[in-house]
Amino acid sequence: MAFRVITMKSGAMMATARYLTRRNMTHGGSCCGNHHHHHPPFERKKQQSCSRSLSGFWRFNSTKASAVDVYSSDEDVTNTNHHQGLDFPGGHVSYTHSLNFISKSSTQNRVPCYRVLDDNGVVIRSSSGDLESQLQQQPLISQQTALKIYREMVRLQVMDTIFYEAQRQGRLSFYLTSTGEEAISVASAAALSSDDVVMPQYREPGVLLWRGFSLREFADQCFGNKDDYGKGRQMPIHYGSNKLNYFTVSSPLAFEEACMTQLLLCLNSYLQGDFHAGLNFAAVTESPVVFVCRNNGWAISTNVSEQFRSDGIVVKGQAYGIDSIRVDGNDALAVYNSIRAARQMAVNQGKPVLVEFLTYRVGHHSTSDDSTKYRPMDEIEHWKVTRNPVSRFRKWVEGNGWWNEDEESELRSATRKQLLQAIQAAERTEKPFLEEMFTDVYDETPSNLREQQEQLREIIKRHPKDYPSDIPV
Amino acid sequence: MWGIVGQRACRHGSSAMSLQVTRPVIHALRSFSTAAKEMTVRDALNSAIDEEMSADPKVFLMGEEVGEYQGAYKITKGLLEKYGPDRVLDTPITEAGFTGIGVGAAYHGLKPIVEFMTFNFSMQAIDHIINSAAKSNYMSAGQISVPIVFRGPNGAAAGVGAQHSQCYAPWFASCPGLKVLAPYSSEDARGLMKAAIRDPDPVVFLENELLYGESFPVSAEVLDSSFCLPIGKAKIEREGKDVTITAFSKMVGYALKAAEILSKEGISAEVINLRSIRPLDRATINNSVRKTNRLVTVEEGFPQHGIGAEICASVVEDSFEYLDAAIERIAGADVPMPYAANLERLAVPQVEDIVRAAKRTCYRSSSLAATA
Repeated sequence: MAFRVITMKSGAMMATARYLTRRNMTHGGSCCGNHHHHHPPFERKKQQSCSRSLSGFWRFNSTKASAVDVYSSDEDVTNTNHHQGLDFPGGHVSYTHSLNFISKSSTQNRVPCYRVLDDNGVVIRSSSGDLESQLQQQPLISQQTALKIYREMVRLQVMDTIFYEAQRQGRLSFYLTSTGEEAISVASAAALSSDDVVMPQYREPGVLLWRGFSLREFADQCFGNKDDYGKGRQMPIHYGSNKLNYFTVSSPLAFEEACMTQLLLCLNSYLQGDFHAGLNFAAVTESPVVFVCRNNGWAISTNVSEQFRSDGIVVKGQAYGIDSIRVDGNDALAVYNSIRAARQMAVNQGKPVLVEFLTYRVGHHSTSDDSTKYRPMDEIEHWKVTRNPVSRFRKWVEGNGWWNEDEESELRSATRKQLLQAIQAAERTEKPFLEEMFTDVYDETPSNLREQQEQLREIIKRHPKDYPSDIPV
Repeated sequence: MWGIVGQRACRHGSSAMSLQVTRPVIHALRSFSTAAKEMTVRDALNSAIDEEMSADPKVFLMGEEVGEYQGAYKITKGLLEKYGPDRVLDTPITEAGFTGIGVGAAYHGLKPIVEFMTFNFSMQAIDHIINSAAKSNYMSAGQISVPIVFRGPNGAAAGVGAQHSQCYAPWFASCPGLKVLAPYSSEDARGLMKAAIRDPDPVVFLENELLYGESFPVSAEVLDSSFCLPIGKAKIEREGKDVTITAFSKMVGYALKAAEILSKEGISAEVINLRSIRPLDRATINNSVRKTNRLVTVEEGFPQHGIGAEICASVVEDSFEYLDAAIERIAGADVPMPYAANLERLAVPQVEDIVRAAKRTCYRSSSLAATA
């Protein structure tokens, strides 16, 4: 399983080269302001009444940093004449006399959410009759792609159900479902190309399903047997595949800077330090990265209202100078359209893009969690039934005559059967050899680890009853 | 190779070296006698990085002030000019940020050298060093290799206070998946830096600010561009038969001075320059202790869970019967580094401390309580 260097559409070096070229240009140009602006001295002087002394100030003419004179009247507060401005490192900025703070967004002016299908799976016709907005609402997707997306969403649902049950039966040590968020991972993957590298968090196996990871491969990883590409070292759901350009899931949460190419990132840990460094770096270095946030309302038991006070994640993009969009994550078509557009922007314009998917985590955080302890059952039920992304998309697909009840039950039962077979086979497969516990710590196994391995073998030989029998020595 | 070294000394003059008493390399060029050529640790590191960047286009440098400023300690002087901004990157001030990017670049097959202005700042990025770099090869079952070097000054400098003086060797050396190197001389600096850059695993390279300006003799072999030292091998700097003194980085110099003093009193000390903290050269240490039967470990960092502790454990496990005296650990005081110069001097080991410890193991002085 040799790791090969993945050819990137835009290499890390190109991205940094662009960044540095840009930076060298500004270095040269900003030593004392932008010379292409000329600021005629502003000569009008107006009286300033005492009551408004706070909103005006005097600057001595002897400071030559800028040619702009700050004698101006309060009447000009609303004057948008851009010559009334200042040059500082960072560029030209117009000034104001009014002491106004930029207010944080209120519940009234939140960033709107893009969606294509309504709750009943019907394409929303734009209320304005113009052609352009009509066209924007047209789902640009073929029947084949739409059906594939739907099928994988269903398979993901079935897989989640069965693996979750297997954990409850004690056959798996751990599992984590994507219930309620199936549209995000599957439809995003559909909008990407197969050689886009995806750096997932842990709730995105839909990407792997789309790209062809088999149910048996999922099961092998969950059971940690010798066919697991991870050699049984990680807990279940930590899938990875070189071939499918899907980074091995690891549990450190804010992992974003480990990418400067076209990647899809799913993060639910926007409070970690590297979220900020990652977005900032991507913006400054103009890296073609698509950052994806599944805002599903809950970080285990912490509700979003306890995580941040901003208007979700989408507004943070603007703060870093990144184009961003908020999308209905339970609308498969909206997910597909938005990721396609984001990817195009990233590739063609060589810049990062942030996509916030609003959704709801229907399942528990994982099999180690019981979410009824911190949220009401009827809230969970509401999202599970009325706001279900799979059934919503099903309505649209069936409405087009592309799907029916028979195919549905056939797909579900076939998938269920395949899964049960995969689980049985994976469970029976041997675990990896004992020596795999000691390999890959370094490129070449060092002598101290070889010694430890020998010692362990000796001990197992002498006390076989104390060691698990399903690990071949 | 000689020409390049000579030119660099000429072109950049003595600005970088003005504070130190050194013999510029250009003088060595003129004397074609058998007198040893000398090189500062700074030049050794600079030339090693330069040669490796020249040999492999995948190697690149990242850090604060490494480019236009020529390096906070001038280690990377001239490299931006020579290799351009694609390969020498000045980063924003976020260790978490640029370390993460370096690790990501290494995932994709590039070979970054990430500089921390001091290793104290590596704490901002330690999640990436440990979890993203050190463990990735293992967690991905060999699919993700991370050929990255983290380098920078480590340990106490002079008068930089508590938050800028810690030694991080024990922290990094306890983590499987990392390699940790600590050069002392210019030969060490050149050989180990080249080995680190060529190594496919993540390497933490602990330099010492006060050693940058020190000059050491270097042979022609060391100056050759293919010179490389093996990782995991210690060097016996001075042979002896009465007591073994282990040290790394700046403390090697102190140990050698202590050995000089001890030899005048009839005690022959063997000084081991560890060079490699992880993997630790237990074989060399144990063989030496089996010969001398006495051990003093020296380090600048905090005593608890330090390098000396690991060496003690190794010797007790493997060479217990050979010990004729309890092992002595010399380390920095178990306090955050004071700023006041007089207190700072008391908080780090001095040559006399090493001498006294060696004598104690040789029963040439009374107990520790009396001599403390």
